[in-house]
Amino acid sequence: MDVIPAWFKDLYETTGLNFTVFYDPYDWNRYVDGVRMTVVLTVSTILASLLIGAVGALLQGAPSRIVRGAINGFVVLFRNTPPLVQIFFFYFGIGAILPAGQDQFGLRQPFIDNVDWAIIALSLFAGAFNVEIFRSGIEAVPKTTVEAAEALGYTRLKAYVYVILPLALRVCLPALNNNLVNLLKTTTLAYAIAVPETLYAVKQIWSESQNVFEMMLVLFVTYGILVGILVWIMHRWEKSLHIPGYGR
Amino acid sequence: MSTKDTQMRADAPLPVLLPFRIEPTRLGTPRLAPVHALLFGAGLALFAGTAWAQADNAQLPPLEVIVKWAPLLLSGFAFNILISMIAMAIGTGAGLGVGLGMISENPLLARICWALTQFFRNAPWLVLLFFVMFLVPFQVTIFGVQIPLPDWVKATVGFSLPVMANVAEIVRGAVRSVPSTQWEAAESLAFTPRQTMWRIILPQCVKRMLPPWMNLYSLVTMATVQASIVGVSEMLTLTAQVHTAEGGRPELFAPLYGFALFCFFLYCYPIDRFTARLERRFHIR
Repeated sequence: MDVIPAWFKDLYETTGLNFTVFYDPYDWNRYVDGVRMTVVLTVSTILASLLIGAVGALLQGAPSRIVRGAINGFVVLFRNTPPLVQIFFFYFGIGAILPAGQDQFGLRQPFIDNVDWAIIALSLFAGAFNVEIFRSGIEAVPKTTVEAAEALGYTRLKAYVYVILPLALRVCLPALNNNLVNLLKTTTLAYAIAVPETLYAVKQIWSESQNVFEMMLVLFVTYGILVGILVWIMHRWEKSLHIPGYGR
Repeated sequence: MSTKDTQMRADAPLPVLLPFRIEPTRLGTPRLAPVHALLFGAGLALFAGTAWAQADNAQLPPLEVIVKWAPLLLSGFAFNILISMIAMAIGTGAGLGVGLGMISENPLLARICWALTQFFRNAPWLVLLFFVMFLVPFQVTIFGVQIPLPDWVKATVGFSLPVMANVAEIVRGAVRSVPSTQWEAAESLAFTPRQTMWRIILPQCVKRMLPPWMNLYSLVTMATVQASIVGVSEMLTLTAQVHTAEGGRPELFAPLYGFALFCFFLYCYPIDRFTARLERRFHIR
């Protein structure tokens, strides 16, 4: 299995293209850790934002005006402010006020660290978009279907979980797909609060090895592959949930 | 519901879903009464008061810090808007070209434009920003004249790349949405392909492109804060500097970043609402 490192070493000696990640195990490990962190961020934020979207869309139809207003305010606020500032606001603004413990050297050790804050902030950001996407799907479910569910003795919550949401989900999958790909791209912003994700790892490598151009290529290809995988999964999902008779 | 919709639903084997579209949530404009002002004032006083109690007497309370530095912070915000407008102008121009290239008859040109669009659409904005910041030299020499490229110019170029790709998609989508009878009618009236595009198809596309284009503008404005990561002194950079200048007190973080959020919200929310209105008006069924 020394073929690949040897080839990249040879490439460096002959052409000067220095892909350190492919022959230096230290850089390789850093890079893989970065990609792993990006995947962790993406998967956890996708799950959390889907949950926020589903719950938010349910609460948007709540009887209480205050709850509805609060959800609308949340959506409008998070849609119209920069995600980077949101991350800073959460990490520095709220993180600095919250109580914190101490590690063995007496340094301040917050209970919610930068990775957690990145996940929280990004989930809220993507969740705000998901609320709207789910709502558009819910509006596509005919009133008669909801009434039929009620006639069968479903409670409001049960009708939502078992009847409305499954139908709504199928309608809004294309839009959801778009938003989740966007979310994957937004995880790079966690770089700003020093979460060691792909961009951060790659930046460390290129500032040590002075191979900006080569690492840029690696970075683009990495994100291309990650986006490709996500799109592939979403399309598989879309296909498996497809209702016969709608679309092609 | 129109008869056409009903017809369509009756034909479908499982008539369980209605046609749908995503409409941005709108917060109703609240009717302000004097009691709101009173509550707001009381809240501010309480907020400032607690911060005052936490801080030493020699230090300014958060609200006064913001008032004191507001001119500087707002000038940074104006810089953000400037960057977003220039990036949008460059990106729209280039995106129109790329978008028309994607639907051109020449397969090679169409392929190249398609690849360009996919590449810049699927790369994260921050990565593109780094790409431009590191790989474009800090000055270029054209015909012996040295033109310096300051950081903010490079950042603007960096933002216009994804804008280009997104505008290209918008243009392509809008042109595709024009009924093909329009093309045929133009052909029968002896318009050349170029004339058909510029005088018949594109004018119809403008109103379809406007809502997504404005949406994109709002996204660009919100993305410009990313320039602070690569060291352009826009609002977020200035906010961090102001925080340091005020002694780096931890309780100042939330009000200062909150102020930045507030500014962006005030700018982007009207655009969002206007976009929603246009979308409803131009909605094609």
